[in-house]
Amino acid sequence: MAENATVWEVFIQSKNGLAHKHAGNVHASDKVMALENARELYTRRNEGSCIWVVKSEYIVSSESEDSEAFFDPSNDKMYRHPTFYTMPKGSKHI
Amino acid sequence: MNDKLFQERIDAEKKIEPKDWMPEDYRKHLIRQISQHAHSEVIGMQPEGNWISRAPSLRAKMILLAKVQDEAGHGLYLYSACETLGISREELVKQLHDGKAKYSSIFNYPTLSWADMGAIGWLVDGAAIVNQVSLQRTSYGPYARGMVKICKEESFHQRQGYEIMAEMAKGTPEQKAMAQDALNRFWWPSIMMFGPQDSDSPRTGNAMKWKIKRQFNDELRQKFIDQTVGQAEVIGLIIPDKDLKWNQQREHYDFGEMDWVEFWSVVNGNGPCNKQRLDHHKKAHDEGKWVRNAAKAYAKKQELVAN
Ligand SMILES: [Fe+2]
Ligand SMILES: [Fe+2]
Repeated sequence: MAENATVWEVFIQSKNGLAHKHAGNVHASDKVMALENARELYTRRNEGSCIWVVKSEYIVSSESEDSEAFFDPSNDKMYRHPTFYTMPKGSKHI
Repeated sequence: MNDKLFQERIDAEKKIEPKDWMPEDYRKHLIRQISQHAHSEVIGMQPEGNWISRAPSLRAKMILLAKVQDEAGHGLYLYSACETLGISREELVKQLHDGKAKYSSIFNYPTLSWADMGAIGWLVDGAAIVNQVSLQRTSYGPYARGMVKICKEESFHQRQGYEIMAEMAKGTPEQKAMAQDALNRFWWPSIMMFGPQDSDSPRTGNAMKWKIKRQFNDELRQKFIDQTVGQAEVIGLIIPDKDLKWNQQREHYDFGEMDWVEFWSVVNGNGPCNKQRLDHHKKAHDEGKWVRNAAKAYAKKQELVAN
């Protein structure tokens, strides 16, 4: 059996001006093939205006098992949210 | 995480993601089910591919090509989901070739006339959609997301098939007879696509507990039958089941006995096309080997040039 193919993660920008969003992955031996395979697999119905592909091995992910500890620091910083502040009575457009 | 915490997450309708802890049997069950699903999409291209070069019009040919290409895509989405469980696509293909992994046995039936393209889209894709809609709520994240994507693409598959059947049913007497013949041959295998009756289905217990499966086989089958009977009536074709009858009390159609002896015989390799389907896949895979090797060699060369 041949050695395993390289896996590439695919990100698609659905419309000009929007952010690229993860769509899935493809197998390909090089970047041109990765891009073409991604086009063929994920944008057969006008789903995109731009595609990024990146080798899966370069993606670094946090572990969902320790997601609590990882994201905990944001909980005690309520002052990052606009609702934290008291606005004077009668003030508008703020 | 242990089994208890895992079950709590499942019960709370939380999705399980690739890096989460999961019981070994959950992983195994998923690999078996998702790979079988992926292989079905891929092998399922053969009976339809058989008619691409003989489609009766350019319109019909373009539609069939697009449909078959979608099925290839479905196979790839599902292999992708399966790979997140720690098994390589190469291994999955090997399991298919070794007969260790199965695919839906509906694809072991031949496609004898153009009307079969209608029957497959209408009934086989129709049954697959009922199953896949239910699986959009499966507990494994990558599988659920794959199902959502697939369901979006499936709806045209069933409609194009039903359109073919409707056209033929109102055509010449010969055309109508072809449509009826296709329905006769594909009806029973289609309703058996949902698998054995739940009373005879040993694996259902864990699959329901882990919410891999969200509805029972019999429930899904009933749903498919209930929605299809009226469609057959509209186009004037007759479902080949003399016991098919509306049951006022159950508010469902009653239907006849399915032939599980034949079902298991086809699953176990004795269907009309089992050997042909697998041989063709192996041949295509072997004949593509030099392409894969060349692509790899090219990639390596590009790297050398870049560095
Ligand atoms: Fe499909
Ligand atoms: Fe389909």
